[in-house]
Amino acid sequence: MFIINCPYCGERDQSEFSCGGEAHIERPKQPTELSDDQWAEYLFMRKNIKGIQFERWNHAHGCRKWFNVVRDTSNDKIHAVYKMGERPPLK
Amino acid sequence: MSKSLRINKNNFIDQTIRVSFKFNGQKLFGFKGDTLASALLANDIHLVGRSFKYHRPRGIMTCGSEEPNAIIQIGNDPSSTEPNVRATEIELYEGLESFSQNCWPSVNFDIGGINNFLSPLLPAGFYYKTFMWPASFWEKYEFFIRHSAGLGKSPTKPDTDLYDHQYAHCDVLVIGGGISGILSAKLAAEKGLNTILIDDKNCLGGSTIYQEDDCFKINNEYSNKWLKKEIDNLKNYPNLLIKKRTSVAAFHGYNYLLAKENLTDHLGINERKNKIRQRLWKIRAKKVVIATGSIERPLIFNNNDRPGILLNSSIKKYIDFFGVKSGNEISLFTNNDSTYETAISLNKSGVKVNTIIDIRENSNSTLVKKVQKIGINILWSHTIVNTNGYKRIKSINVQKLSADGENVVGKKIKINCDCLGMSGGWTPMVHLFTQSGGKLKFKDENYIFIPDINKSPSDQISVGSCNGIFELDDLITNTIKNIKIFLDLDKTIYDNLNVICSKETEKRNIWLLPSDKPLSKTKPFLDFQNDSTAKDVKLALREGFKSIEHVKRYTTTGMGTDQGKLSNMHALGIIADTTGTNMGDLGTTTFRPPFTPLTFGSIVGRNVGEFFDHIRKTAIHDWHVENNAKFENVGQWKRAWYFPKNNETMFQAVQRESKAARDNAGILDASTLGKIDIQGTDASEFLNRVYTNAWSKLAIGKCRYGLMLNEDGMVYDDGVTTRLGENHYIMTTTTGGAANVLSKLEDYLQTEWPELDVYLTTVTDQYSTISICGPRSKNIVKKIIPDLDLSDANFPHMSFKNSKIDNVNCRVMRISFTGEHSYEINIQSNYAKDVWIKCMDAGKEFNITPYGTETMHLLRAEKGFIITGQDTDGTLTPSDLQMDWIIGKKKYDFIGKRSLYRSDTIRDDRKQLVGLLTEDPLEVLEEGAQLVEDINKKPIEMLGHVTSSYFSPNLKKSIALAVVRGGKKMKGKKLIVPMENKNINVTITDTVFYDKENKRLNA
Repeated sequence: MFIINCPYCGERDQSEFSCGGEAHIERPKQPTELSDDQWAEYLFMRKNIKGIQFERWNHAHGCRKWFNVVRDTSNDKIHAVYKMGERPPLK
Repeated sequence: MSKSLRINKNNFIDQTIRVSFKFNGQKLFGFKGDTLASALLANDIHLVGRSFKYHRPRGIMTCGSEEPNAIIQIGNDPSSTEPNVRATEIELYEGLESFSQNCWPSVNFDIGGINNFLSPLLPAGFYYKTFMWPASFWEKYEFFIRHSAGLGKSPTKPDTDLYDHQYAHCDVLVIGGGISGILSAKLAAEKGLNTILIDDKNCLGGSTIYQEDDCFKINNEYSNKWLKKEIDNLKNYPNLLIKKRTSVAAFHGYNYLLAKENLTDHLGINERKNKIRQRLWKIRAKKVVIATGSIERPLIFNNNDRPGILLNSSIKKYIDFFGVKSGNEISLFTNNDSTYETAISLNKSGVKVNTIIDIRENSNSTLVKKVQKIGINILWSHTIVNTNGYKRIKSINVQKLSADGENVVGKKIKINCDCLGMSGGWTPMVHLFTQSGGKLKFKDENYIFIPDINKSPSDQISVGSCNGIFELDDLITNTIKNIKIFLDLDKTIYDNLNVICSKETEKRNIWLLPSDKPLSKTKPFLDFQNDSTAKDVKLALREGFKSIEHVKRYTTTGMGTDQGKLSNMHALGIIADTTGTNMGDLGTTTFRPPFTPLTFGSIVGRNVGEFFDHIRKTAIHDWHVENNAKFENVGQWKRAWYFPKNNETMFQAVQRESKAARDNAGILDASTLGKIDIQGTDASEFLNRVYTNAWSKLAIGKCRYGLMLNEDGMVYDDGVTTRLGENHYIMTTTTGGAANVLSKLEDYLQTEWPELDVYLTTVTDQYSTISICGPRSKNIVKKIIPDLDLSDANFPHMSFKNSKIDNVNCRVMRISFTGEHSYEINIQSNYAKDVWIKCMDAGKEFNITPYGTETMHLLRAEKGFIITGQDTDGTLTPSDLQMDWIIGKKKYDFIGKRSLYRSDTIRDDRKQLVGLLTEDPLEVLEEGAQLVEDINKKPIEMLGHVTSSYFSPNLKKSIALAVVRGGKKMKGKKLIVPMENKNINVTITDTVFYDKENKRLNA
């Protein structure tokens, strides 16, 4: 049970948030022009890293805003939190 | 009570208050302050249970949470009886009833004891090896295995006790109220930090609080006297919260800990009424001090499990703390100095210590010298090769150890005793440290795993003997030094303590002690509760198990209720010795929460019964209750299911309601449907992207049905959306899907399409929806809203009007989920019940009939309308549902569009929605039933299943919807629904059964 520093509300308990999986997977602008394989890559393929992972989180029981989190999945340490559309701080 | 076993002098038991209790039906007495274990020992009862596998007689072995043998059933009330409770942790109370477990007919004569003699036939992995074949016999084996499995008996009635949860935030949490914990808590409190101190006992001070000996002095006082003053002084700190009888169960990341506080388990039954039994503390601490101490290890030798064999430190606690002699003729077996403290305590209390058997060659510490001076016989370099006595130890056989410690030499000596103490050294309690993510390192000189401070999560520290420091002076110095750094303190009140203690210099460790008999003829127990022996571990290694995690599970070593607290280290040691590995390289098994078992009650807290989940009721709910509705749960909503009249069955009620809705008029509370208000200049574009069909051209005042997909092309939700204005829509979703649809739409808006000017607001609770359908619905609405022109020209199907009922604004939609001419009135929820009653009054002359969700489902099935989540399951595309018409072919993109022509989604043999008619029109299929073509071909090929099935009162026959592989092309084909007792013949049809031309919409 970690604590997340919501960029809009501040530090809150993890139970207020829901995780939306890997971050920085942009929906293709022109899906119709993609092959089955390319579309499948967007649709299904996700990393599951032990270590530093970029994730989407939603303050579901708070401001309901989506934002990005850089989390070490091996110890749940959160290295950075930043808003949607912002550049990842370390990549 | 046997007088000879209770000594008079002690400070911790109130010998003026007698407490009566029962053990296996026998009425006994103890004193206030006793544990069940100490009271039993005072009554000369050692034999308390039978071991799990061999049913060997077992006695109390320890005085704490690590107890493997004295596992007791408490109480016999069917709602509050508790199995697998450690007698060493239960505080005695008036009226306590306790029972031995795992024995029949009694603990003294147990039929299962025969397993002890069959033990050569019951090696490690016995069950895996024996009950494998023949496979068809499994059901017969299972009966016997289930019968012999498990320890105590579960309660058979619901728990009537109260449980509670409480959150706490603090600067410093100190776990453990021994001397290190007390010092730490006091330093933190002294600095003004908001501090919590937790201890699982009812008395602070750990083992130091009864350590009264010349060999251990602090500032020239006995260590116990000094500590007592420090503890008494703790109450002067208002910023220090002390929680006794509280045990930390789990240490999660970010210093989040769970602790269970026992509030009433120590009270007499009559004092407990209306009190909270246990409280689960959810603690978020800025810093955590782990001071959980250490527990003594047993020694592993032949027949080391007999009743009357205890740990040396426990014998000491029973005599010094509880004033109870564990026996009248005690021998002590050891490999370390701490045992000599026990000898001194026993001697001081007038208990005869026969002999101390020490595997070391000598020791010259002040403690040992003192014992020698008293005149107790010490056998250096000796070991116990066997113990005698079935239900209580009677004697031991002792022999000299060879120099390498692998064999015994010389003459066998027999020593009589009625109690044997043993000590194999001390194991730091590192469970909570590792739970928090810390890594351990092996300290060779002590044969222990200790916290590796280089691999410790931040903002926590381990102090005291859980950190592998056992000597009183080192322990105090280290604790103060480390806490000063940890809490950033300059000077402390403890900077000039003068500590004197006996120092241990000689050490010797032998994981598995030799016997005069070969290993195969001995029983050296490792896990006392699970009866796993050193032999089993060696067998597992011979059979090829290498990982400690595998050996653990194969032999069940460390899998008892004590979770290996006592002898996991020995198992590791034996594996290391046998395989020639370093223990440090072997690692430990994983310590998982909880440290000690939690009750379900404490986990659930107040979230039981009506508080288990939120209950959502519509504004019209009370009317439904008054009118005898039966309810069904849809998500958190209570929805009226059907309204039985007189003694109608559900079937009869639904048939009547369904007929009435088509013959005259029906009224439904549809308030639970999700309602999302959508505004903004890009609202139309947004709907274009989230629904499969086109929205830009929808005129203001018109409604349209929409289908929403997931990005994978599968149907996700559906509903009607109405254009209220140029940039204003109201979307309806399914009842169960409302929250998820809103989240999904918000996700796309915030992350993929932030450029869109769209605002979403949920208004599900703000508006209630009353649906009136049937050929006479128009007459009813006309009566309620006389000003509204209901002509088809002014108010056609799929359109909406703003209107007023008694000056209250409402939105009226002419939309239909039943196929009938129908209206939905949306009105502010606080007026909804009045409007509903108005509708009922107005509809009386038109025979208006309230109906529930079951009739709604039946009516829509007659029309072949899907219910997402019933007819779909997240694997069906619009095309699979035969709804190709709803896909906007000209649209460039919408959520899920690209997936609709993936190689997998365009297959012909996907499961597709079809209608079914049974050969016998009275035969109603079961939802979920399988559909097959050929029942003779084995294995039978499953083609699909029934998703919706009803008897239609309007068609007077059974109808069903189903998904069938390649179903679209199978119209007219005959299939079979195989049931347990019969095969039902069905024919595939269209999905629309009733009014295929939609004439009734405008009737």
